Amino acid sequence: MVSRVQEKDFDVGHELAALRGDRVDIGALVNFTGLVRDTKGDLLALELEHYPGMTLKALQKIESEAVARWDLQACLIIHRYGRLEPGQQIMMVATASAHRKAAFEAADFLMDFLKSRAPFWKKEHTRDGSDWVAAKNADEMALKRW
Amino acid sequence: MKLDIVYFAWVRERIGLPRETVETDARTVRELVAELTAREDRYAAAFVDMDVVKVAIDQELVDLDAPLADVREVAFFPPMTGG
Repeated sequence: MVSRVQEKDFDVGHELAALRGDRVDIGALVNFTGLVRDTKGDLLALELEHYPGMTLKALQKIESEAVARWDLQACLIIHRYGRLEPGQQIMMVATASAHRKAAFEAADFLMDFLKSRAPFWKKEHTRDGSDWVAAKNADEMALKRW
Repeated sequence: MKLDIVYFAWVRERIGLPRETVETDARTVRELVAELTAREDRYAAAFVDMDVVKVAIDQELVDLDAPLADVREVAFFPPMTGG
């Protein structure tokens, strides 16, 4: 289990290289990186709160489920917390497999479960004030796909 | 029994503190919520709609009827918004 929760930024290229290491049996490496977006032009920062005692356990549980369901050679989740500005990286998942189908599906699965089963909460700080981001019903419905 | 309770996000803001230890005889999460709600308005404000409050017992998600026997930590928080 290599999942991490951290305040500091991460380097996607470095993480993917470390995940591959010297292995030559990986045929497909899928990466998703989530970024702080500012679509209206008024976002000052996104604050991510988490439940330290539970977060890593939740990430490891999600990762174990992915490893059990798909034939993965490697799997990684990194999720940040703290105050992040527009354009900054929030989190990444990476999955490695012999073939692309397993890698894509597992990455999609990881993202769906991270959205609503990992104990993180986002608060948006805009020019007009601050408010918690509401969970989307669609995110909860997305879990039923799996 | 003594129980550690932790709160996150807007549940924490409404209650006004991140963590506390309470003395309670509640047998289930539902009874604990009722007990706290009766205690002070700030709890009532946080627990007004339990459809949008999630609960974890010793860091595992549970429902409102989960028993509190041998539990160390109960957490209350809004639906999660990770990713």
